[in-house]
Amino acid sequence: MDRISTRGAPQPEATPEATAETTTPQGDLLAGVLPDVGQERPKARRRLRVPGFLRRGRGERTAKAQIHLSARRDRFSVRDLFAEAAHGIGARPGRLLLTILGTVLGIGSVVVTVGLAQTAAGQISAQFDAVAATQVVVEPDTTGNSWSGNAQPKTKLPWDAPERVMRLNGVEQAGLIAIVNTNSAKVTAVPVNDPSASASIGPAVLATSGGLLDAVRGQVNTGRYFDDGHSARADRVVVLGERAAEKLGISRLESQPSIFIGDDSYTVIGIVNAMERRPDMLDAVILPMGTAQADFGLTRPDELQIQIATGAGPLVKVQAPIALDPNGPENFKVKAPPAGSDLRANVQADINAIFLALGGVALLVGGLGIANVTLLSVMERRGEIGLRRALGATRRNIAWQFVVESVVIGLLGGLIGASIGVFVVVGVSIMKDWTAILDIKMALGAAAMGGVIGLLAGLYPAMKAAAIEPITALRGGI
Amino acid sequence: MTVTEEIHLQGPVTHPVVELAGLTRTFPGPPDVHALTGANLVVNPGDYLSIIGPSGSGKSTLLHILGLLDRPTSGEYLLDGLPTGKASESDRSALRGGRIGFVFQSFHLLPNRTVLDNVLLATLYSGVPRGERTKRAKVALERVGLGHRMTFTPSTLSGGERQRVAIARAVVASPKLLLADEPTGNLDTTNSAGIMDLFDELHRDGLTLIVITHDLAVSSRASRRVRITDGELTEVA
Repeated sequence: MDRISTRGAPQPEATPEATAETTTPQGDLLAGVLPDVGQERPKARRRLRVPGFLRRGRGERTAKAQIHLSARRDRFSVRDLFAEAAHGIGARPGRLLLTILGTVLGIGSVVVTVGLAQTAAGQISAQFDAVAATQVVVEPDTTGNSWSGNAQPKTKLPWDAPERVMRLNGVEQAGLIAIVNTNSAKVTAVPVNDPSASASIGPAVLATSGGLLDAVRGQVNTGRYFDDGHSARADRVVVLGERAAEKLGISRLESQPSIFIGDDSYTVIGIVNAMERRPDMLDAVILPMGTAQADFGLTRPDELQIQIATGAGPLVKVQAPIALDPNGPENFKVKAPPAGSDLRANVQADINAIFLALGGVALLVGGLGIANVTLLSVMERRGEIGLRRALGATRRNIAWQFVVESVVIGLLGGLIGASIGVFVVVGVSIMKDWTAILDIKMALGAAAMGGVIGLLAGLYPAMKAAAIEPITALRGGI
Repeated sequence: MTVTEEIHLQGPVTHPVVELAGLTRTFPGPPDVHALTGANLVVNPGDYLSIIGPSGSGKSTLLHILGLLDRPTSGEYLLDGLPTGKASESDRSALRGGRIGFVFQSFHLLPNRTVLDNVLLATLYSGVPRGERTKRAKVALERVGLGHRMTFTPSTLSGGERQRVAIARAVVASPKLLLADEPTGNLDTTNSAGIMDLFDELHRDGLTLIVITHDLAVSSRASRRVRITDGELTEVA
């Protein structure tokens, strides 16, 4: 810069006096050609009249002012940049469409995947209650190690546990289950004493309270389930699980069939199926609690099954042990489902991982598409680039133009893709009768992501464009 | 007192528009090609200079160096009194935009843009204030006689009209120097004559022109003729 400023000063050898008088003053040179030519020059001069001590880097300023004839901000400003980029993008609408297609599909698939994941997770809390989300199981905690067989329960579930927990908010059904020790008495349909028969394992014998059937989502196949009256009177009645009934050869109850546990006969009053929460009960013979106490000396229930309202898990988990034993609530082990939001978060985390992989691939493809087409268009527009350079564009001007073009293409693809994605999510939700749940920030972010893709894709072609030499480019024509 | 103020205060003392001092350009490679060998040339404001020479004589190299599209190997080129040989690439771009107007043999107009847009393109990079751009582009187009074609695209124009658009584009930023490279090379005789008449008018209005050509009819219009032979310049009387 210093060099320019020193050489710019009038030097005798650089400006021969002989030439001076033969020429017209430069200020009027083009006055006839263009009336307002040279108006910018006084402006530049005025700026330079600022006293030297107010200016930073004085020498450089002078040189710059000599080179740049007018205010610099009007030389290819941001506004010009965007206008030129817009022309470049709009020049080939057909190609533009194909270029943005990759980004549209990429961004669209990301928005659809995330949107549907969010929407589906919203539905899960309503549909999930069938199995886990509404089941609470309370057991007495144990001391010692269950593996070594010396586990001892710390406490005992009260016989009236169902009544106690039914008073709690969110509890819908409750019932007790106990395993009955029959002292190796066999369960048979007909008592046959056959010493030669091989030992067989009969069905398990369980005892439950009257309300258990609903608590484990069982259904009565035929007959009925016993109630608390049977239990109170210790009636000798049983209900058979579906598969146990099959093994015992009982399918109809019109003849009031009986089964034998050991030598005592019990009237079968019902056959149950379903039992989604305790499928093992389908293989069992089920006695009323009171009957098991009277006949087999049952001393304690083993577990309390509770059906709760959706989302009541955390509440019931805290309150049930207190209701069962206010003095020792810590002695119970409670298995309760997590709150709905936790469940949703878990499901979403799973789907998010899939979406990341899918969307990443789609975006990569979209980005490569943009890079490819931009590179192609740089090669095609060599002549235009050379012309712009000849007209005074710097390498930076050229690079920026192509970067902006590819960013705008990416943004366009992102916007279109995001809107299509939103429409698909809403459409699917309407068809499935779901509530569409969509994070607006996610949709906007996806559109912006398109711009970032465009930026990355445009960097290399822009560098290529900036490196083009005007001489070679101008040889080819436009 | 700053350098610039000195320039403006000493009004009558002006720089030559172009001053070449011992300028050489060698293209490396076996064998080295000496396209220009110690060229000296002074072009004063208002000169109308034609450079003639057979092909391969270094015409294109000289044009590229005069247009700041190429750098000399040695020697100095002062454009409007400013040394350009060692100037940074962005300074040279700014000098190109602000001080030089190009007219090419094959016009180099953007096919998808209107005539007015093509002329406006030159104002983008030369620092013409935004408010004046359209006005100046229209004036320039009127000047070359194409005021009625502003919204046309170049593909609908004749060759002569296209070259007029290119000339309007070259003068719209009011350059110090108009560089024309075989401006009539792609035109028939009638259109060539029209373009040469336009150059004469621009010259009368005070513009400095350098026309590179091998056409004697074109070069005879110029007030000064320089012949280039094997990289050496000789003034033809």
